Amino acid sequence: MGLTPLHRRKEVFVPAQPQSRQGTREAPAWRVDAAGSPAAPGAAALVPVAGAPVAPTAGYQAYGATTAGTRRFPRRAFRGNWLRLVSLVAFIGLWQLLSSTGVLPPGKLVSPATIAHTAYNLVVTSSPTYGTLQGSLLISAERWAIGLSLGVTIAVLLAIVTGLSRVAEATLDPIVQALRSIPLLGVLPLFIVWFGIGELPKDLIVLLGALFPMYVNTFAGIRGVDPKLRELGQVLGLSRRELVTRIVLPGALPMAFSGLRLSVVSSLLALVVGEQINANAGLGFMITTAQQFLENNIIMVCLIVYAILGLLADGAVRALERKTLAWRHEFVQ
Amino acid sequence: MAPRVRAVTASGGSASFNGAPASQAAASVRRLTRRFGDRVVLDDLDLDIRRGEFVAMIGRSGSGKSTLLRALAGLDRDVTGSLGVAGPVAVAFQEPRLVPWQRVLANVALGLRAPEPARAAAAALDEVGLTERAAAWPLTLSGGEAQRASLARALVRSPSLLLLDEPFSALDALTRITMHRLVLTLWERHRPAVLLVTHDVDEALELADRVLVLRDGRIAHSSAISVPRPRDRDHPSLTALRLRLLTELGVPAEATA
Repeated sequence: MGLTPLHRRKEVFVPAQPQSRQGTREAPAWRVDAAGSPAAPGAAALVPVAGAPVAPTAGYQAYGATTAGTRRFPRRAFRGNWLRLVSLVAFIGLWQLLSSTGVLPPGKLVSPATIAHTAYNLVVTSSPTYGTLQGSLLISAERWAIGLSLGVTIAVLLAIVTGLSRVAEATLDPIVQALRSIPLLGVLPLFIVWFGIGELPKDLIVLLGALFPMYVNTFAGIRGVDPKLRELGQVLGLSRRELVTRIVLPGALPMAFSGLRLSVVSSLLALVVGEQINANAGLGFMITTAQQFLENNIIMVCLIVYAILGLLADGAVRALERKTLAWRHEFVQ
Repeated sequence: MAPRVRAVTASGGSASFNGAPASQAAASVRRLTRRFGDRVVLDDLDLDIRRGEFVAMIGRSGSGKSTLLRALAGLDRDVTGSLGVAGPVAVAFQEPRLVPWQRVLANVALGLRAPEPARAAAAALDEVGLTERAAAWPLTLSGGEAQRASLARALVRSPSLLLLDEPFSALDALTRITMHRLVLTLWERHRPAVLLVTHDVDEALELADRVLVLRDGRIAHSSAISVPRPRDRDHPSLTALRLRLLTELGVPAEATA
């Protein structure tokens, strides 16, 4: 035991030396943070791009990979993913075991094998009741995309208006805040009366689901921009327009991104609600129909598809965030 | 905000805000008063800064030095009296205030009205020795680098008055020495009038042509320093002036011995 860390340290430290091109710079503390952070892949990707010096500090190299200092980050990330996979597989295995041994009755919770089989059948054959899984997915994805993009756009525009103008805030914000607390499920019957049973009410429900988190966060982001930077803009003689485009809006971006991540998920929830009444296609429709026929396996398939959709969308937003907020991530993560 | 400016000039008389004073002063302040509620922070203050003059202002916390600097920077329009500044004013703040989402070069060029802002900004970065860091994000800079970027951003505007609001106070001692030299070099090259607000008597003695002590909202003491630069800390006249300034600041001589 006592030998291993020493051995590693020696191996790592030697090849890492030439990395310190700017040896006079002090080792930035954040790099040590990055080493310990689970979000290390982002940092790893950014280090070579930035051409930033990797200062050798024994603190994080002692635990490093066997060849070079920079290899350390991807390797660590891989191990993290591997662990996630192991825990997921173990969870499913346990579930399958409990189902196979009859501890979990199939009437309450179907086994992973049954779910996989059901999903496979839904993909390869088109059932008269449900159509195909991919067909439903496509229809749901389209509603989601339309509602989400419209909702986010409107929310951002609204937040810019109310964020930059006290008059607009006083006029519009109370209305938005009041609408915010209305449950989507309650609005749905009215939407059907107003907009019929076509795509429009469903898109609108998704839009509403996306609108509020995005609006609230973007507004807070605009208002939360460091007043010292606003003051700086004044000293530098920025025009109002420059102040907004160079200082205020970019400064609000981090908050807007947290809003977007919330909106992606809440619009997905809204989609389920919107598709459960008067729909004849889509994931929500599949769930409602399966409920009537007590086909829990189909409900499970749809729920899992929802979960995967949510994960993928969140991952996409995070990737976009890392790229857009590079000024921050290079430093923080 | 605009009416406030007019109020300043109307009550003040000859000089107007941002208008050129008649004399060869870079800045001219007359009867400047600022109240925060009942508290009078600046009390009928008069100050002239000649073109190219390096003035250091020292004072205890709350003596009004930052308030005066903010007024000269145009950040405080609730003052009465008159303020005249000949030409552009630039500020370097205590915290460098770099915009984190703009790269260093873009920070220097921010709001710059010049034919080729990027080229001018690059030249300014070169002058402060930061060319290598032009494409870096501000959050990756060290404290000294960030202050140099902030200085470059101020200088690139060719100010006739450069306001320095304790820009070195957060730096470590070694970096501060380097920055003092850099500021002197840049000042000798470009000759803006400088108003350096500081609480560091030695810094004032090392850099300034004239040291002012601000007390109770007025200039309580003013000393010209004619010792040639670079200055030796232990120069007899500086040693004498140090004691005098510390006394003016309310620090008795025996406490410093």
